[in-house]
Amino acid sequence: MSPGTRIIEVRQNVLKQNDLLARALRRRFHDAGCFVISMVSSPGSGKTTLLEKTLTLLRPEYRGAALVGDLTTENDAVRLARSQAPVKQITTGTLCHLEAAMVQTAIEGWNVNDLDFLFIENVGNLVCPSSYDLGEDLRLVLMSVTEGEDKPLKYPTIFNSADVAVITKMDLAAAVEFDATAATHSIESVRPRMPILNVSAKSGAGMGAYLDFLRSRRAASLQALTHAGTARLI
Amino acid sequence: MHELSIAMSIVELAEKESERRGGLHITAVHLRLGLLAGVVKDALLSSFEMAREHTPLAGSRLVVEEIPGVVYCTACDARRPVRSSEWFCCSECGSIASEIVQGKELEVVSLEVQE
Repeated sequence: MSPGTRIIEVRQNVLKQNDLLARALRRRFHDAGCFVISMVSSPGSGKTTLLEKTLTLLRPEYRGAALVGDLTTENDAVRLARSQAPVKQITTGTLCHLEAAMVQTAIEGWNVNDLDFLFIENVGNLVCPSSYDLGEDLRLVLMSVTEGEDKPLKYPTIFNSADVAVITKMDLAAAVEFDATAATHSIESVRPRMPILNVSAKSGAGMGAYLDFLRSRRAASLQALTHAGTARLI
Repeated sequence: MHELSIAMSIVELAEKESERRGGLHITAVHLRLGLLAGVVKDALLSSFEMAREHTPLAGSRLVVEEIPGVVYCTACDARRPVRSSEWFCCSECGSIASEIVQGKELEVVSLEVQE
């Protein structure tokens, strides 16, 4: 260090702004009783197809909505609109991930009190979204059977940051000789005891258990909030 | 390649700190970067060179301190370093351990300023 130089302590998280905003969003969603699920995966692993089915199947029982992130095009929003749920596309331009501020802007004009579930489909990318909290309650990572079973080992950070893994396109498992044991082992290596669900949005196989999982997580979250609310009152 | 966004956040953070303190001549930004933060050091350094342009930090350096990953191993009931960012395993007994206790740092620790 040259003379005349001094050190000023700062100690600040670089993503502090994003984290603060995400925390405020989470509080707002909780107060509204809206359970938020973010979906991350590589491009083409079936996020939009699974989301379209999810919104359609939840529809009679719950009010769901979705935000979908992509670099360009409104194609996903158009596809998802078929589920009749409110959908908004977030086009990120050249940005490879969503940030909390984009979620905040996207939900402007929506009354979150009217929602039971909000799904946030991140940009297809297994690297960048891992660092950004979006205010979600549950981070769902998708992996299709057509990808390598070792994908979690190649992208450990995002798998480690997720709460549940969903293996998609199970209808193709036999054709691509998908090794379920190897895939489970890979996921376990980077995130032990993470729940793993196998689904085929196309055939519907596994969708029941997957939807039950979402319902039970939402119920547990609401219950925890009720308890917390009671505790606050006392 | 979110390193550019991160680099821009670092520049912004330093600029705000400078404003808050009535204007500083910042010559270096010291950052703690965890092995498991999902940020590549070399990409961050070159992104910083771009992000600092046309800002008061134009001539400054980014000094990165790399923080190793540490997990809590339930089998050993102890904190253990991880061998690599691909295997969250205990370096002693080999058990799978995913509770990260260190290595996610992405923090501006200090600023070096010229009087």
